[in-house]
Amino acid sequence: MIEHGSLALRRPFRERSFGLARKLMRVNWLFVLCVCLLAGVGYAALYSAAGGSPQPYAQSQLIRFCGALVLMLGIAMVDIRFIAKLSWPAWVFGILLLVAVMKFGHVGLGAKRWMTVGGVEIQPSELMKLFLAMALGHYFKRATPEQTGNLLFVLPAILATLVPMGLILKEPNLGTAIITGSIGATVMLGAGVRWWWFALLVVVIAICAPIIYHHLHAYQKARIDIFLNPGSDPLGAGYNIIQSKIALGSGGFFGQGFLHGTQNQLNFLPEKQTDFVFTIIAEEFGFLGSVTVLGLLMLIVTLAYYTALSCSHVYGRLVALGIATNFFLYCFVNLSMVMGLIPVGGVPLPLISYGGSALTAVMLGFGVLMSIHVHRDVEFPDTEDF
Amino acid sequence: MKRDAKNRTSFSRRALLIGAGQAAVFAAITTRLYHLQISEHSKYALKAQQNSISERLVAPRRGIMTDRFGAIVAGNQQHWNALFVKDMAPEPDVVLENFYRLVPLSDSEKARIQQDLAAHPGYIPVMLKDWLDWPDMAAIEVNTPNLPGVIVQAGSSRTYPLGPVAAHAVGYVGRPNQQEAQQNPVLALPGMRVGRTGAEDANDLALRGSPGFVQTETNVRGEVMRVVAQDDGTPGDTVALALDTGLQQLAVQSLGDQTGAVVMLDTATGEILAMASTPSFDPTLFDRGVPTDIWNGWMNDPRHPLLNKAAAGLFAPGSTFKPSVALAALKCGALTPESTHTCPGFLKLGDHIFWCDNHDAHGTINVMDALKVSCDVFFYKTALDTGIDRIAAMASIMGQGVDLGSDVPHVQTGLVPTHAWAKQHGINWMEGNTVVQGIGQGYTQLTPLAQATMIARLASGLSVTPHLARRVGGALTPESQPGAAPTLDVDDRHLAVVREGLFKVVNDPAGTGYGARLTIPGVQMAGKTGTAQVHDNTAAEKAKNFNDMTMTWAQRPNAWFVAYAPADAPRYAVAVMVEHGNFGAQTAAPIAHDLMTYALLNDPAGRDQPLANPPPMPPLTVPQEGNA
Repeated sequence: MIEHGSLALRRPFRERSFGLARKLMRVNWLFVLCVCLLAGVGYAALYSAAGGSPQPYAQSQLIRFCGALVLMLGIAMVDIRFIAKLSWPAWVFGILLLVAVMKFGHVGLGAKRWMTVGGVEIQPSELMKLFLAMALGHYFKRATPEQTGNLLFVLPAILATLVPMGLILKEPNLGTAIITGSIGATVMLGAGVRWWWFALLVVVIAICAPIIYHHLHAYQKARIDIFLNPGSDPLGAGYNIIQSKIALGSGGFFGQGFLHGTQNQLNFLPEKQTDFVFTIIAEEFGFLGSVTVLGLLMLIVTLAYYTALSCSHVYGRLVALGIATNFFLYCFVNLSMVMGLIPVGGVPLPLISYGGSALTAVMLGFGVLMSIHVHRDVEFPDTEDF
Repeated sequence: MKRDAKNRTSFSRRALLIGAGQAAVFAAITTRLYHLQISEHSKYALKAQQNSISERLVAPRRGIMTDRFGAIVAGNQQHWNALFVKDMAPEPDVVLENFYRLVPLSDSEKARIQQDLAAHPGYIPVMLKDWLDWPDMAAIEVNTPNLPGVIVQAGSSRTYPLGPVAAHAVGYVGRPNQQEAQQNPVLALPGMRVGRTGAEDANDLALRGSPGFVQTETNVRGEVMRVVAQDDGTPGDTVALALDTGLQQLAVQSLGDQTGAVVMLDTATGEILAMASTPSFDPTLFDRGVPTDIWNGWMNDPRHPLLNKAAAGLFAPGSTFKPSVALAALKCGALTPESTHTCPGFLKLGDHIFWCDNHDAHGTINVMDALKVSCDVFFYKTALDTGIDRIAAMASIMGQGVDLGSDVPHVQTGLVPTHAWAKQHGINWMEGNTVVQGIGQGYTQLTPLAQATMIARLASGLSVTPHLARRVGGALTPESQPGAAPTLDVDDRHLAVVREGLFKVVNDPAGTGYGARLTIPGVQMAGKTGTAQVHDNTAAEKAKNFNDMTMTWAQRPNAWFVAYAPADAPRYAVAVMVEHGNFGAQTAAPIAHDLMTYALLNDPAGRDQPLANPPPMPPLTVPQEGNA
């Protein structure tokens, strides 16, 4: 342990918790700024979606965001070691929520995804993705390369991923189930699980895809069919994709101008304030505006990676990787859907779309991410407390 | 720590790889965005525009019609409708209650409104009441605050200032039917009307104009957000008819309560200066919808008020057909100006006796005197000598039994029989048929318009086409151009013979039309009377006199008079037919006299401006309504 001493010089706070002021200083404020900027873009888009009015979307979303920002910074102040202790209880809690939503949740758009807890609508699957990353981070935090190469050792982690995936698939919510699986896979990959196992998995999935398609729900099949040929039903299910592409394309380089997008202002896109919010930005602010938003989203992912790479403990690294991947997948699925690259599935654009459930889940994850960033140098105790 | 460091390096490598993969995905998304927003921008911009901009055609204002002097005979009038937009009313039921208190409506109307409101989205206006009168308008205006959503909107309707006086000539408009609207989408526009009869029908295309448009930005539900561009279109042309309102009114006045028709023509151009048919109807009713009881009244009236008897009424021409017979005979040599026939008062053909008018024996007379006294026996014999095919050929030159090419809609061609026609219809043509053909009876059926054309052609020696339109959009119609009518294909000497006969009819004390001679000094009229049987008299009736005033109205003969004046330089031609009016000289000739007098004194032919100081009209010979 020769390095211990030299490392100790660079890690003054590694054994003990440190004061609130010092913690606040260690928060990645550039990251917080990016988050706030995106929320500002979201405010403008929702203001425009309401035809130039803070009601009914922009203002309530701003209030939610402020609450979520406080929540995020609050979590950032919590010691990551304490959060780590909560990983498995959180996972169990998430599973219980998923079971509860099956029993008591209400049906929206043909799926049981939502439930109301104390007047707040929550979507347990959103929370589950974070809890899964935390649980896997905790599981692998002391894993040796020998262990990660041992399928028996990895098996509990795979089960921890498959159980929530199955429950989410049952809702049914194929999109979120795939994202959940991807997060689990990414965390495991980061933990050192053999890469060729994943390659094998991809091959197996590719072979099984037609069989899976056969067992999909009718509406899921319809989405895929319409994605492959949107013109087949221009006023039916393909309508969203067609109108969304028109909105994007008509924006051009500089856009049609704030509050002047015809597709948006004349309501050619249903529910544009939620899943299709990006079309408002693209139509009214053009390529310039949409690339700026893309840049901000990418910067957030990059900063999350920076946190992961600069973290000294495995738990933080893995959880940060999971959170970064979660945010990336949100953006990727939403943007690809809006551009007609993948079948439509109810995934909002984080920080910009109207809605509380996704925002809260994302900001909760960012809170954990910031806690990792603040506590990137702490040393985890060798023994578990529970 | 070594293990930690090794772990960390492995993690960093893998995290960077995953991150690089995600960055690549972002790059792909950006590329896709560039493709959509930059490369294909114009394509999608066009689609966005097509999405939001909708173009709606607007009905043009229908052109007006005037008489030759600019007096409006068919105009447009704004009227006001009350409409209701449910979405604009916070409490629609309360608003409707308020409206019904101000403007009482029948229960069926209220039910219709409820039906319309239920059938359409809330932003579509529903008609509450059309043709608001002034008290209703005022009541709505005053109570506007209690009537949110109630809109008073202008509509356009067609007016006919002359009303029944020129109803048949001017015609009327109606809403396009479904088939018409399908063939021409412009006709489907609200407010479009189509001419149904008369000049409205004949000049429909000119009167229609071309539609304007309104470009509006509409949202996904079709609600109009704003007007982008507007064009009112081109209103229809103004059509000046050849009619002279004064003559037209006098024609209707002169016919009075009698059923009949009058057509007056400009002999040089064939312009229709007056075209009347009685009884008439109110053409404005068609624009608003004819009430059922009035419609049924028209349908059950034995005098057929909707029928334009001048152009579509077919009647035996009687003796007014004789000029054509004479011309045919002169042409083929069956007659010469000098040749004579002897009239003993009857013609015996086989065992059948054909009586002369009044059973008079006219003695030995030439063609001119035969016309003067309207000797039937002379024309029985002439017809036998000429043959019906030659008579029919001459009649068609004179405009009888042929398509005149007139712009008057729904013209009946009529019939002047030929052997070919008889064969086609399975009729065994006998000499007796030819005999009655000589006096315009039997199968011969002609319209007053055809008879007017005949007398105009006879007078001018020009093959004129009778027509209503004089100027369309200010320009003279081809038919109204001076010198447009071709010369008539009849020998001038033959025309002169017949004209001489017709002159004597009116101006010789022995002529049948002497009573109708003009009182204007130095101007004479030439004409021909006609008394056409409509009832096949029994032998007993024939033995006496068929003009028995005890006959029922429907069995009395039709009275005809055709005339032109001035006799030496004709300008006006007139045909008068009084249905079941007995003697042409008695009932039809006085009407022709009055109309001719008016025409000669006011001289409308060829003019667009009335005479500044026309001579005063002498007392009318026809007893006027009210002082009969």
